[in-house]
Amino acid sequence: MSGLRVEELSVAYGGKVAVNGVSFTVAPGQTYGLVGESGCGKTTIGRAFGRQVARSGLITGGRIVVDDVDVLGLSPAALRRWRAEALAVVQQEASAALDPTMRIGTQLAQALRARGRDRAAARQEVPELLERVRLPDPAAIARRYPHQLSGGQQQRVVIAAALAARPRLLVLDEPTTGLDAAVEREILDLIGELRTELGAAVVLISHDLGLVGRLCDRVGVLYAGRLVEEGPAGKVLSDPAHPYPAALLASTPGLGRNRRTHPLTAIPGHPPAPGEQQDGCSFAPRCPLADDLCRSTVPTLSTAPDGSTAGLHLVRCHHPGQTAQAVSQPEPLPEPQSAASRSAESDRRPESAVSQPSPLPPDGGPLLEVRGLTRRYGKTVAVDGVDLVIRRGEVVGLVGESGSGKTTLARTVAGLGGRGPGTITLRGRPLHPSATRRAPEQRRAIQMVFQNPYSSLNPSHTIRTILTKAARSLGGPLDPAGLAHEAGLDAHVLDARPERLSGGQRQRAAIARAFAGVPDLVVCDEPVSALDVSVQAGVLRLLDDRQRASGTSYLFISHDLAVVGYLADRIAVMYRGQVVEQGPAEQVLHGPHHPYTAVLVGSHPPAPPGQGDGAGTGCRFAADCPSRVDGLCDTSVPPVRDLGQEHVVHCHLDPARLPHRAQGSTAP
Amino acid sequence: MRFLLRRLVAVPLTLLGVSVLVFVTTELVPGDVARTILGREASAESVARLRGQLGLERPLPARYADWLGGFVTGRWGESYTLRVPVRDLVLDRLSASMLLAALAFALLVPVAVTLGLVAGVNHDRPMDRLVSVTGLALGATPEFVTGVILLVVFAVRLRWFPASAKAPDGSSLLARLGHLALPAFSLVVLCTGYVARHVRAGAVTAIESPYASAAELRGLTRWQVVRRHVLRNSTISATSALGVQLQFLLGGLVTVELLFNHPGIGALLLSSAVDKDLPTLQATAMVLGLLYMLIVLAADVAFRLLDPRIRLGAAS
Amino acid sequence: MTAIALPYARRRHGAALGIGAAIIVAWAVVAAFWPQLVPYEPDLLDPASRFLPPGSAHWLGTDQFGRDTFSRLLAGSRPVLLVAPAATALAVVAGALVGLAAGTYGGVVDEIVMRVLDAVVVFPSIIATVLVVALAGRSVTVMVLVIAASFVPIVARSVRAATLVEREKSYVEAARLRGERSWGLTVREILPNVSSTVIVEATSRFGDAIFAAATLSFLGLGQPPGSPDWGASVSDNRLWLQLAPWTVLAPALAIASLVVGIALVADALRGRWEAGRS
Repeated sequence: MSGLRVEELSVAYGGKVAVNGVSFTVAPGQTYGLVGESGCGKTTIGRAFGRQVARSGLITGGRIVVDDVDVLGLSPAALRRWRAEALAVVQQEASAALDPTMRIGTQLAQALRARGRDRAAARQEVPELLERVRLPDPAAIARRYPHQLSGGQQQRVVIAAALAARPRLLVLDEPTTGLDAAVEREILDLIGELRTELGAAVVLISHDLGLVGRLCDRVGVLYAGRLVEEGPAGKVLSDPAHPYPAALLASTPGLGRNRRTHPLTAIPGHPPAPGEQQDGCSFAPRCPLADDLCRSTVPTLSTAPDGSTAGLHLVRCHHPGQTAQAVSQPEPLPEPQSAASRSAESDRRPESAVSQPSPLPPDGGPLLEVRGLTRRYGKTVAVDGVDLVIRRGEVVGLVGESGSGKTTLARTVAGLGGRGPGTITLRGRPLHPSATRRAPEQRRAIQMVFQNPYSSLNPSHTIRTILTKAARSLGGPLDPAGLAHEAGLDAHVLDARPERLSGGQRQRAAIARAFAGVPDLVVCDEPVSALDVSVQAGVLRLLDDRQRASGTSYLFISHDLAVVGYLADRIAVMYRGQVVEQGPAEQVLHGPHHPYTAVLVGSHPPAPPGQGDGAGTGCRFAADCPSRVDGLCDTSVPPVRDLGQEHVVHCHLDPARLPHRAQGSTAP
Repeated sequence: MRFLLRRLVAVPLTLLGVSVLVFVTTELVPGDVARTILGREASAESVARLRGQLGLERPLPARYADWLGGFVTGRWGESYTLRVPVRDLVLDRLSASMLLAALAFALLVPVAVTLGLVAGVNHDRPMDRLVSVTGLALGATPEFVTGVILLVVFAVRLRWFPASAKAPDGSSLLARLGHLALPAFSLVVLCTGYVARHVRAGAVTAIESPYASAAELRGLTRWQVVRRHVLRNSTISATSALGVQLQFLLGGLVTVELLFNHPGIGALLLSSAVDKDLPTLQATAMVLGLLYMLIVLAADVAFRLLDPRIRLGAAS
Repeated sequence: MTAIALPYARRRHGAALGIGAAIIVAWAVVAAFWPQLVPYEPDLLDPASRFLPPGSAHWLGTDQFGRDTFSRLLAGSRPVLLVAPAATALAVVAGALVGLAAGTYGGVVDEIVMRVLDAVVVFPSIIATVLVVALAGRSVTVMVLVIAASFVPIVARSVRAATLVEREKSYVEAARLRGERSWGLTVREILPNVSSTVIVEATSRFGDAIFAAATLSFLGLGQPPGSPDWGASVSDNRLWLQLAPWTVLAPALAIASLVVGIALVADALRGRWEAGRS
């Protein structure tokens, strides 16, 4: 049989089982998606294809067969030959997958020579390879070093190196992680095209359900090293039979999903660590459907009870198909009995207060006003003449790709940015650029939640100390236990140092610290980007709850439009230091909106890459804009179009011609 | 380029600072230089006369200016104790030291890179621990200690190498190198561990890097991956460590030359300091200081030339 | 993966730490109590028994004056174990203060401090040491000061670097949002997190101080000739290397054992510290 066949694959690290009896098949030309949260074993499976598990790891059982070749049974020499001839792997982090000390051309030529071309043929084929991944000016690219390319270009080169083989198996491990939305779309389009050209079996590994849904024919969902469900992508990702993917979907914010209308459901607890001994179903401790049977007996992978005709649909559950119940009951579960997991970490929310959805955003007066704010770092202008208003009780979302200036703007508001032109006022009173020079009352009013939960808490202090210090200097009530409880943290966490807490717990502690002095505005800088989906939903819910309970305003920053759209009442879109659009969340997301926003929400394909650097005198986005009007957009500053309801767009296009999302288009 | 220019300008400026330091410290010598030179029996008049000849009565800044001008134009004066021109003396000793340092360096680089790579490729295995711990221990041991042990084993017991670094006059280069073998070994032992550690660290990073694993997935053997990717990346990252160790090696010359009776600049520094032979001491210190700075500069420049990320600037 | 690698690293470093610490403690005990431990008076001349090889009467033989090598070996541990810890303590305290100050105030203060330290580092410490000791004369105080002075820039640089790394972390920014600044911020928030750097530095510098003290004595710039000090002994006895190698080997191996012990401890501490960071 041709294609890929994985049979009962098991991998362990130092005796701890990371992958447990995984089986699936992929026909040539088909794309199979492996999804799951971090630690579920998906990357380990990805590495097992090339027989390249980490040194402490061991493939303890099973077979991997590609076009009738038993990969795990090959001798070292035969394995090398097979890797060279039949395997192509695109790893995550393209920038690290290229040798920083070698020119792109040399690296690709080596890749070609490893695949059996002679020196001359390899040199000749390099430009062809670069053209196949749609890189303009291959000769120039070949002469460069990796650090001279953009992230998207680097990933294209990595894909080109993979294509140097004529692979029978193509493994894509988180191929777009770390790339900006627009670049991600380009890379996905490229992968989509190449997939049909190659006719190889393709395995796509990702934590991103939307991505897998777009590219894959079939999907396997991994949990704690086991496949818990597998079947046709459309079926599994829209109507899963297992409670875990169902809960995962319910905890993923999609575009157009808002906290006021479609609140997220967090999955309580956290996935078990590799090797953690468990009786029964590994999802049982987090599953609302779990009963004694689930806790004692591991369910088998059997046909799902939905009569699907699109292909085999398997599920590993004692109560398959009852997912509606699984998702509609967000109440937390009793503590697991094991002492180890008690003392370690849990992301559960003891408070069962599911706040009442309030349909309308509050309509307060202006709280914070930013006028003409500009910040430079050396020669680069990070923030360029930005105006922004945040009202009382309002959540303002700030989106943009990396380098758009959103973080600089947020940090400046918080008092952690540099100095420069422009003013920030709080209730009409000017704010000093440095937080330490602001009045104590102003410091109390503005607090911040940081991106990286692993560096935002002092590792030398206990959570109690951290919260007490904050409450004391911000003038809040000295009640660390109360703060922790409000943030959904168990009391026993108070006397632990941050290293004992999970990422989600740390972020909850950071939120508790920000609320220690009852702030008027909390700046949230990508607060969930470092967290797994199921944990992220819990933190988003907490931010939502705290906001409703206290009427605090948020300035909420994210590169992820779906996350911003979920929390925000109003959205501002930044591009290269400028706000190109702002307005009510719904209108900004749905349109008519700025062409750049259209690219971000995916309703508009981006312009082909490498057209220019946007350094012209006109619209910053002109070079990459699919709707560009030559001679106008690139030379003159775009006018401000008022679309009503305080929705403004900086664009030369007539408001009637501005793009908008097609009716009925679903979340990506 | 701008970096190189800035560093080149910094060399004479730093050297100026060094010259002040050298001059002032040497001028603060307790006791009378003239008395030191002439000995205790000399008459008061002859001491005063010598003071006048040496210009010791003039103010310090004037004497500094004279001395610096003389140093820059090559008039380094005459040695108080040996009664020979300081310039000939220092340059002669310098060339002897350079032969020793060059031999040590030529042995150091291949030994350290090989050991570092072996440790890195086998990282976290017994071989790695052996190389790392041994290197660390030897690097922490003063060179006169290793030198003495080498002497006992190879010169006294086995008689493979001569005990003295001083070859008879008219010896061939090979014979001279034979006499320098033991002193060079002690310097190599001193520096190998440190350089090997840096090569190892670079090798581990490179081996665990995604680009090495990608190369392996393209069907390359371990050895090919090491040769094409690991060797280059680990030696680049170890270049600056090599510069530091070269400085160390230079400092080690003082001890090693004393131990092995090698007539080099290190031994000269020590003897001129002990004998309070000021012109020789000042010139020796200045020459060593200059050498020191040039080594740092060379290592920095080499690092920048080898690493394209620095050579070609940050990402565009 | 780190969770799996960590216990192994701990265990491995644990053995090295134990051996290294045992060596150091043993020599410290010897340095403190050698008068009770020596079989002979270390300076006792005995012309009748010159150059005796190691045997039952003299475990490590005798030197050119008939002095007992073993007794001198024990007595020789004291000078180096007085000078090195004193110099290390001085250098670590001064260096840590300078490094913290440079990292805390940044800007012009940092620039000036770092330029001065750069200049000091550029000036080869061996030249400076030879200059100063030869000219200022030989004394324990001079030795301590010279060794400490040459280490201050090294300590200051690494403490400064660690301070700067911590200063960029969000928990420090959170403290600034509360209104903490300058020394208060450094002492309360940053210092606890750079203390491991200071400890690792102190151990490494202690090893270097032993190295430096021994070398100075060997060069005749530290302990006076005739002293039982190890460096001075090697220097005094190397003339009779062919005749009585034991008189040279014993102090040389003693120095080696001490620096190796310290190196093992320093490496283990650094390893733990790095494992703790990842």
